[in-house]
Amino acid sequence: MTTVDLLDRRLLFVTGKGGVGKTTVAAALALVAASQGRRVLLCEVDAKGNAADLLECGPAGFTPIEASPGVSLMAMDTEDSLKEYLSLQLRLPLIARVGPLAKTFDFVATAAPGVKEILTVGKLCWEVRERNWDLVVVDAPASGHVVGQLAAPEAINELVKVGRVRDQTRWMIDILADPDTTGAVIVSAPEEMPVAETVELAARIRAETQVDLAAVVVNRVLPELFGRGEQELFEALCEPEAAQRLAEVAHGPVGPILDAARLAITLRRTRAGHLERLRDELADSVPMMYVPYLFTRSFGMRATRTVADSLAAELGY
Amino acid sequence: MARPAGDGSTAAERPASFEQLLSAREIVVTCGSGGVGKTTTAAALGAMAAAELGGKVLVLTVDPARRLASALGLERFGNVEVRVDDALFHAAGVEPRGELWAAMLDTKESWDALVRMHAPDDQTRDSILANPLYQNVTGKFVQSHDYIAMERLYEIHASGRYDLIIVDTPPTRNALDFLEAPERMADFFSSRLLRWLIAPYRSRLVTVASKPFYRVADAILGAQFLADIAEFFILFQTMYDGFVERARSVERLLADRRTSFVVVSTLESAPVAEAEYFIEALSSRKFTLGGVVLNKVLPGYLLDDDAADVAARMANDAASLAGSLVQLGAVPDASSDMVARVLAEVGESFLNYRVVASREAEQRTELARVPEVVASAPYFDSDIFDLAGLLDMGRVIWR
Repeated sequence: MTTVDLLDRRLLFVTGKGGVGKTTVAAALALVAASQGRRVLLCEVDAKGNAADLLECGPAGFTPIEASPGVSLMAMDTEDSLKEYLSLQLRLPLIARVGPLAKTFDFVATAAPGVKEILTVGKLCWEVRERNWDLVVVDAPASGHVVGQLAAPEAINELVKVGRVRDQTRWMIDILADPDTTGAVIVSAPEEMPVAETVELAARIRAETQVDLAAVVVNRVLPELFGRGEQELFEALCEPEAAQRLAEVAHGPVGPILDAARLAITLRRTRAGHLERLRDELADSVPMMYVPYLFTRSFGMRATRTVADSLAAELGY
Repeated sequence: MARPAGDGSTAAERPASFEQLLSAREIVVTCGSGGVGKTTTAAALGAMAAAELGGKVLVLTVDPARRLASALGLERFGNVEVRVDDALFHAAGVEPRGELWAAMLDTKESWDALVRMHAPDDQTRDSILANPLYQNVTGKFVQSHDYIAMERLYEIHASGRYDLIIVDTPPTRNALDFLEAPERMADFFSSRLLRWLIAPYRSRLVTVASKPFYRVADAILGAQFLADIAEFFILFQTMYDGFVERARSVERLLADRRTSFVVVSTLESAPVAEAEYFIEALSSRKFTLGGVVLNKVLPGYLLDDDAADVAARMANDAASLAGSLVQLGAVPDASSDMVARVLAEVGESFLNYRVVASREAEQRTELARVPEVVASAPYFDSDIFDLAGLLDMGRVIWR
């Protein structure tokens, strides 16, 4: 356990089921941390370039670019990571680095299990240890893959008895296993499958990795439409005669509006049930944060800032 | 739905509904980005095929996150195919013409089975199964999952046990890996690098060509690990021919006309972008795109402009509308204030969802150029958690 605040850690892996808004939450966490004066590196691992869209900055490569004040953005590339590692650690002659490297890399990555994973995690840990970022936020792979990534240093450590990689994995494990330094954040949504997967992923992170589960962020929480007694009033308004009157005074069709409200109520109610199940399973053991559903036109910086504001409020800033 | 007459000569080749598509194929692979309801769609299509078309239908999920079990109302299922109880169909008021089966890929079990099948002798088999690297490759890391999924699909298809196999894939980027897995596996086994790697351990002679490679590999991985890898692949090479041949067959099967791909997407921008990416990737690999399922689509009435005007009045002018309503006695026993709050809330909610619906309509235009079967499924009243729900969704996209 740790008493360190979420954003006071140095390395956060943001993961979750595909489609729940993992990248948005990662980018928003980076914005919140930056607004608190931290120097943040946001790293996309399964690089689809979405983070650049969300922060409205140019596409990022392996070398970080300034995406917004205080937030730098990079895209993980395991081959570049290997090149960097070789040049930094081994000081190999140029020919060995350039010539057969691509092929060697293909081989190593395909044949040796976990090499891509270790190059990713290794690079991230290295950024934490060697560069002066206050916080590295990782837009990590979706549920199925993140566990393999977080567990890679240990797996390699078991597998590789000697050699430089084994030495390297030790300090990575030290960083990953320290809850004051590293945490995993699972992004979820109040829907059936994301909830089931979040519960499963939380269990796997705890059982199969040494990384502390730092928080669960529930994204896309729908607003409650009605307060006490208002639901009954709405039902009364839906009665044919009342609806007719409403159409008269509002000078137009009200059927679609009432139908839409009913849809909103249904969606909200179904989701509330899932949310409750998620709370029952996890709320005792991990802090939970909530981000409302965004009814916005598009997803750029404005939307990301809205999410960041919600997270900041949840974090007490 | 029959195509209108005079629609051109392609009607005979191109199915106009999922019903036709599924009755004409042996393998259907659903793909798309995460969270779009791919697994549910696969299961819904499978349930409909079993109910309407007859024959033995298998839904095979290769997703490591075990989603299909809950969607099919099964407690759990594994590598062995299990039959979905007819009673579940009956409970949904359906008398199925065929049988619905389900299986989930267990990577480790499948690899073990494959090794048992291809190993030339018992000793090799046992050495492979006991090799620490093998256990890691098969158990922990994801790439091996993609290959074995295709392999398993091939095996099941070749067995002839099923009339139709519907395969649910991991999210898009992985699904591409998954399509390329057989090719990669074959390439890998025939690669020079593998020979370089194995050579010194066989002959204790490092060739000039492989020397730089060894310097790099040794420095990174350490000699022991390399020896483990080499042992593993030397053993594996005894199965080389079997593997390469299988990989090629799997590749052919995917490109065969008996196999069709169904892309599933919601109308959110990221999933649509992935769907487009995937549709392109399929065509560049000469795989057959059979159809597109748009899931969780908001109702069209949200785009009604007159309704939007009314909603805006309700949101902005709630107090006066409420006053008129109360005066008319339309809502007895309610205070004007409360009526105003409800009207404002309902109006705003409509406008909120309308924003999302407009976003969706725009995405839909993006996808409109896809000529294949396109079907939309709405949001359902509740989540799909049983066979009845799957059939409800299936019916919407079926014809």
